[in-house]
Amino acid sequence: MKTTILSVQGWLAVFAALLVMAVVVPVLNLVVPDGSVFHLSDFYVSLLGKILCYAICALAMDLIWGYTGILSLGHGLFFALGGYAMGMYLMRQIGRDGQYKSDMPDFMVFLNWKEFPAAWAFSDSFVMQMLFVLLVPGLLAFVFGFFAFRSRIKGVYFSIITQALTFAAMLLFFRNETGFGGNNGFTDFKRILDVPITTPSMRVLLCVVSGLVLIGFFVMARAIVQSKFGRVLQAIRDAETRVMFTGYNPVAYKLSIWTLSAVMCGVAGALYVPQVGIINPGEMSPAASIEIAIWAAVGGRATLIGPIVGAFFVNGAKSWFTVAFPEFWLFFLGALFIAVTLFLPNGLVGLVNRPGGIVGLFKRKTEKHT
Amino acid sequence: MTPDLMEAGARALAEHKARTGSVIAGEAVYFGQGVALYVDGITVSFDGFRALNKLSLTINVGELRCIIGPNGAGKTTMMDCITGKTRPDSGSVFFGSNIDLLRLTEPQIAQAGVGRKFQKPTVYEQLSVFENLELALKADRGVRAALFHRLSGLQLDRIGEVLALIHLKNDAQRTAGLLSHGQKQWLEIGMLLMQDPKLLLLDEPVAGMTDEETERTAELFLSLEGQHSLVVVEHDMKFVDALTQGRKTVTVLHEGSVLAEGLLSEVQANEKVVEVYLGR
Repeated sequence: MKTTILSVQGWLAVFAALLVMAVVVPVLNLVVPDGSVFHLSDFYVSLLGKILCYAICALAMDLIWGYTGILSLGHGLFFALGGYAMGMYLMRQIGRDGQYKSDMPDFMVFLNWKEFPAAWAFSDSFVMQMLFVLLVPGLLAFVFGFFAFRSRIKGVYFSIITQALTFAAMLLFFRNETGFGGNNGFTDFKRILDVPITTPSMRVLLCVVSGLVLIGFFVMARAIVQSKFGRVLQAIRDAETRVMFTGYNPVAYKLSIWTLSAVMCGVAGALYVPQVGIINPGEMSPAASIEIAIWAAVGGRATLIGPIVGAFFVNGAKSWFTVAFPEFWLFFLGALFIAVTLFLPNGLVGLVNRPGGIVGLFKRKTEKHT
Repeated sequence: MTPDLMEAGARALAEHKARTGSVIAGEAVYFGQGVALYVDGITVSFDGFRALNKLSLTINVGELRCIIGPNGAGKTTMMDCITGKTRPDSGSVFFGSNIDLLRLTEPQIAQAGVGRKFQKPTVYEQLSVFENLELALKADRGVRAALFHRLSGLQLDRIGEVLALIHLKNDAQRTAGLLSHGQKQWLEIGMLLMQDPKLLLLDEPVAGMTDEETERTAELFLSLEGQHSLVVVEHDMKFVDALTQGRKTVTVLHEGSVLAEGLLSEVQANEKVVEVYLGR
């Protein structure tokens, strides 16, 4: 039996997605004139870029929850940490263009600090901060995961601890003394790599990079779940004791995928911050982490493509609802979650995969009534 | 097992410890003393309740031993102690004459060559029958090895062999969760065989099987006898009779220790055994 990463159709879809992200989106936004029906407005480019970052989080959630059966309610923390690492660099890129015309970020001047805290030692180096985007969420996840998995903390207990972890971090980051801008966080970014950050071409570039990273992560995740390693993860999800008594040490497997998943979220956060122009401790709120799990569940767990679809569907619906019926958005989200849990245990992509596809769903319903 | 042999075993053990200092993980099991499993005086208490009370048991290399006993006699707890799931309060458990199982973790014990089948069939429900066997296949259990693992032709053949042995050849690509209860039992036994263990612990392996399946299971176990050592915990006396063939030792557990040992016909005639079973 040969296992391949993707079928021929799968690879074609990946290349189509690459084409859309690398060519179609930039052309429709930058080349096609404003008045044309085919013009993609700046609003949609930034919305797309944002959702692509969310989709990376949903994909990371699928690896740890869908495939390994470990529900994390703290993935927002890793996302925010990646965002903060990027934000620190962007703060230094403001240079003397801030309100106080100082070399130091405004909030530090405001707090009357004379020198940078130790955590800011490498903040003017893009390379170092990008390294921190990977290292900080990765190290935190590794240390936390090591103790949690070694102590055999499982199921709902693990979920609650991750929730507490992100909540504690949020409280920590709210404090001015922590050195990351307190409850205001970082904003007013001017440049990235000395290039102005708010220009249309930079907006498209960041969106394209997010898309390419998502596609890259998708192929990587696919390679992982198609390997024997991926099957061990699913085995851990289905019968962990059997895995242990077969001679595998589940701690090593869980720790690997948990750390990878956290790093993926960190990268998503780093791509997100320059696009939305702000990062604050609100990203570490428990609700933000729970939302990631909802995207994965709505799209369909343990399918990889499902959580990406879920992130697009839920956030697309959110951006439309909050404009059209702002007061009903949370009701809709709640109803959606209940509907998916009751009727679509395999999520939105489960609709397509079931025998007979979407049509089959309705057929079966009518057969029941007759 | 006669007392002088026990003494010889204990002496060899002490000598080995003195010679090597300690027993470490990853060491190959040594069967030179003819003993596959040596359980000595283990006691386990849960909140004051003694699940095992100074239980001692010796399984010889290549032996097939049936263990019977009423509910709560401590059969499953004994298996938990051997496989590292439960740590006894006192006593010792040795695999062969050199591996101290009480110092190893569950995965290490499995890697040393002890395979265990659970009372409730435990297979990976979402994976196919083939994949279930593939994961159990004896190979490097490390993360990196698993990431880049490729099945060799030899390993494929081995999986095919076991598939045929457990009568699931036509169901290789089926999802394991869709198998019948008896088939899941077979699959789990097949997974044990893939591990190629020296010692197999089987907790009620024929529960939920049809008569025909039970018969075939007995044949399978008898064919394993000799190359492997087997410990079978079972309630089904017909099955025990088929396995012991009227000449093998049966151990009766009661309240956490050995109540009687001998041929099935002997222990069935034993008054103490009749008493605990019938409650007279």
